Amino acid sequence: MTFKFPSDEWIKELSRQLNGSEVYEKSAKDWEGDFDFVVEPDDAFQGEPVHLYLDLYHGKSPSARQLSGPDEKRAAYVLSASFSAWRKVIEGKLDPIQGMMTRKLKLQGNMMKVMRYPKAAKEIVSCCALVPTDFGD
Amino acid sequence: MWYFVSPEIIFGEGSLDALDELEGRRALVVTDATLVQLGLVDKVKAHLDTAGIEMRVFDQVEPDPSVQTVRKGVQIAQEYKPDWIVGLGGGSPMDAAKAIWVLYERPDLEPAEINPFIRLGLRRKARLITIPTTSGTGAEATWAIVLTDTEEQRKMGLGNRENVADIAIVDPGLAAGMPPQLTADTGLDALTHAVEGYTCAWHSDVTDGLCINAARLVFKYLPRAVADARSAGSGQGSDIEARERMHNAATCAGLGFGNAMASMAHAMGHVLGAVFHVPHGRAVSIFLPYTIEFVAREAPERFAELAEIAGCSNEANAGGEKAARLLADRIRDLCREVGNPISVAEAGIERADYEAQLDKLIDDAFNDTQMITAARAPSYDELRQLFLYAYEGKPVDF
Repeated sequence: MTFKFPSDEWIKELSRQLNGSEVYEKSAKDWEGDFDFVVEPDDAFQGEPVHLYLDLYHGKSPSARQLSGPDEKRAAYVLSASFSAWRKVIEGKLDPIQGMMTRKLKLQGNMMKVMRYPKAAKEIVSCCALVPTDFGD
Repeated sequence: MWYFVSPEIIFGEGSLDALDELEGRRALVVTDATLVQLGLVDKVKAHLDTAGIEMRVFDQVEPDPSVQTVRKGVQIAQEYKPDWIVGLGGGSPMDAAKAIWVLYERPDLEPAEINPFIRLGLRRKARLITIPTTSGTGAEATWAIVLTDTEEQRKMGLGNRENVADIAIVDPGLAAGMPPQLTADTGLDALTHAVEGYTCAWHSDVTDGLCINAARLVFKYLPRAVADARSAGSGQGSDIEARERMHNAATCAGLGFGNAMASMAHAMGHVLGAVFHVPHGRAVSIFLPYTIEFVAREAPERFAELAEIAGCSNEANAGGEKAARLLADRIRDLCREVGNPISVAEAGIERADYEAQLDKLIDDAFNDTQMITAARAPSYDELRQLFLYAYEGKPVDF
């Protein structure tokens, strides 16, 4: 079974993968802060930006869903990238931290806090790679 | 897509003379009290006088500089309004100088907010010169800043590529008086940078050559530099070639790992240093052989190449994991040769104290910024095992 990206089913599967990750649970055991993953349109993906909401709390992901738009839920962190950049991250071709350093991925939120959890951030992306993904090719 | 950032590097004997031609009005020299006593600050002052630049000294930087120390330095910078910040010393003064410079330019930021994901917009008030007086940290050439949160006993990996120095002056004469222990500790730091920069997940064609050359120089010249320091007593060394090549090796390794990344030995060494105050170079080099043995399963070829550089060529031809283990043993031999410990126990830490802090060591190492580039990412339990094996000096077998 594959999960279409970006979609409600995809972010829910990522949430499920995170809840099964011991590395994430240990590295993010004190983490409090939800994420809005924004998938911006580009040549490979037309239409409006898609907002995927991921709740994260103390090493677990209590909930996840696709939002109807940016105003439905204000997350503590907003991570935005083009569809193609997201695809590279999910396929393991773009390291997420390098992606943020080269601003292919743009992170908004309390940087002081996120800098304390680099391993957790990396593990979220590692779990993305565990989601069998359909990019609509 | 990636970047390679570097200061203008002025190197070789007498390169401090480059300060004579500096243009500007005021310089704030960030250093420590020992370097004032040793007369190295006076040397810098003489050159700045020649250049017609006023100078003020902030000499309160301690080993593993704290956020509080940086804030004091920022306050002085804001009063003095320098157009040059000069970081003079080992890694601690140079890292403090970087942080003071950033916060002088950006008073809206907290020290812990200096991160690589934002635009800082530096160089509106001042520029930065780094002048190393030890041969190891490479801080003169990197944008990394390590500050210590003294309340949490935790080192914070900070920095942004904009905060790399404008000019690095790498004059071996300033390091020729290093005592044997400091020569060994800092030289092994340079080796750890070279090995981790070459083998971490972020290595690149642009940085590989620098790391390889730095490793080659350290294996060849560090024993000579330490021997020279032993024979020099409290005076200047006489093996200028060894001192100069080690000074260059540190800068090459700094450029190499600074544009790739360090890795697990640094993550583990940071927390050991923060909790037990083991000097940085000694701490990271204790862990290096164990992390090589752990990671080798995932990236054996690169370690085999380093094994050949290290002089294990015949046996290294066996290749793969075996060559990596030879490299780890070669590094242990080098540590012994220069009088450094090869286990945490040998570093003088009591087992009961270590075990009492073990959960904190694992937690903090797990979320150290250098951990994310490990070619083989450890689980929580594997990291615990690594800390225990490194305590006992037991080669890694998992």
